[in-house]
Amino acid sequence: MISLLQEAAHTAAEHTESVASSVAHGETETATGLPQLDMTSFGNQIFWLVVALVVLYWIVAKVALPRIGAVLSDRQGAITGDLMAAEEFKLKAREAEAAYDKALADARAEAGKIVAANRAEIQKELDAAIAHADAEIAARVAGSEQRIREIRDSADNDACEVARDVTAELVRAFGGTVDQAAVDQAVDNRMRGALQ
Amino acid sequence: MATEAHGEATGLSFHPMDQFIVRPLFSDGEVHWYTPTNVTLWMFVIVLATLALLVMGSRGRAIVPTRGQSVAEMAYGMVHKMIADIAGKDGLKYFPYIMTLFMFIVFANLLGLLPMAFTVTSHIAVTGVLALAVIVGVTVIGFVKNGVHFLDLFWIRSAPLAVRPILAVIEVISYFVRPLSLSIRLAGNMIAGHAVIKVFAGFAAIAAVAPVAVVAVVGMYAFEVLVAFVQAYVFTILTCVYLKDALHPSH
Repeated sequence: MISLLQEAAHTAAEHTESVASSVAHGETETATGLPQLDMTSFGNQIFWLVVALVVLYWIVAKVALPRIGAVLSDRQGAITGDLMAAEEFKLKAREAEAAYDKALADARAEAGKIVAANRAEIQKELDAAIAHADAEIAARVAGSEQRIREIRDSADNDACEVARDVTAELVRAFGGTVDQAAVDQAVDNRMRGALQ
Repeated sequence: MATEAHGEATGLSFHPMDQFIVRPLFSDGEVHWYTPTNVTLWMFVIVLATLALLVMGSRGRAIVPTRGQSVAEMAYGMVHKMIADIAGKDGLKYFPYIMTLFMFIVFANLLGLLPMAFTVTSHIAVTGVLALAVIVGVTVIGFVKNGVHFLDLFWIRSAPLAVRPILAVIEVISYFVRPLSLSIRLAGNMIAGHAVIKVFAGFAAIAAVAPVAVVAVVGMYAFEVLVAFVQAYVFTILTCVYLKDALHPSH
C-alpha cells in the first residue's frame, strides 16, 4: 500500500513538471496523474484547511451551537411549561367539577330539607285542623245526644203521664176509687220494665 | 494509471481528473503554501455555507422554527444524538469539534457537486489531515482520561490469555489503519463519483449515445448527492466510535 502510494506520488511529481511546462507554453492545464498525489500542493491545502477549520470551529462552538442549543432548550422549556399549565388547568377543571357536584348535592339536600319542613308544617296544620274538626264533631255529637236524651226523657214522662191518666180513668170506669198514689206506683212499676 | 485518454479518431476527449487540480486563483504561477487557490475559495464557501445554515438560519431564535432553522436544528439534533448514543454523555464535551467536522465534510461534499466546483474532500491531503486530527485527538483524550488503562483497548481481557497477544497485535494494527481508512474512504468516494460523472459527460459528445450519457449523468448525480451525505455521516459516526473507545477503552 505504502509503496504504491510512493510510486503514485513519484509519477504525480513527474506529471507536475509536465503540467508546469504546459502552463508555461500557454496550453490549457490538464491532469496527467492523480492531482491528489501531487505533493507540491499539500502544504497549500493543509494550510488553508487548518485556517478553514479554525474559523469554522470558532463559528460552530461560539455562535451556532450555543444559539441552537438555547433555542431547543427554550422550546423544551416552553413545551414542559405548557404541559404543566395544562395539567394545572385539568386539576382546576376537576376541582371545579367536584365543587359543582358538591353544590348540586348541597342544593338537593337543601331542597329535600325544605320539602320535609314544608311537609311537616303542613302535616302539623292538618293535624290541628283534624283535631279541631274532631273536637267540633265530638261536641256536636254530645249536644245531639243530650237533645235526644231530653226528647226521649220527655217522651217517657209523657208516656207515664198518659199511662197514669189512662189507668186512673180505667179504674174510675170500672167503679173503683182512684188512689192516685197507688196508681202512680203501679204504672211506674210497669213502665220501668217497659222503658228499661 | 490511465486517467487521460485521447480518442482522436472519434473526437472524444476525457479529462476526468482535471477537476481535481489545485490552481492558484489570481495567477498562473506556482502553488506556495500561502497562495490563495481554488482550495481556499471552496473552503471559504464551505465556511460561508455553514455560517448561513447554522447562524443565519437560527437568527430568529423562533420557538416555532422557520425552514432554515429546522434544518439547522436537525443537523444539531442528529450529531448531538449520534454522540450521546455512541460515545455516551461524557462525549458531548467534544460536540463542537465533531459538529465542525460534520458540517465541513457535508458541505464540502455537497458543494463539490455543483458544476465547476472544486471538491476539497476529494483530496487525500485534506481528508488525511481531518482523519489524523480525529485519531490524534482521540488518542490524546484516551491517554489523558484513562492513563495507562487506555492500553486495555488492545489487551482484551475477555479473551483467553493465550490469544491475547495475537489479538493485541491485530488491535494495534487496526487502530493505526483507522486514519488511513477514514481518509481514503472519504477521498476515494469523492474521486470515484466525480470522475465517473466526468467520463459519462465526455460520452455526451457522441450524438448517438448522448441521451444515454445524459441520463447516466443525472442518475449518477443523484447517487452522488446520497453518497455526499452518507460519507459525511459515516466519517462522523466513526469519529464517535473512536471517541467512545477513547472514553471507555475496556471492551
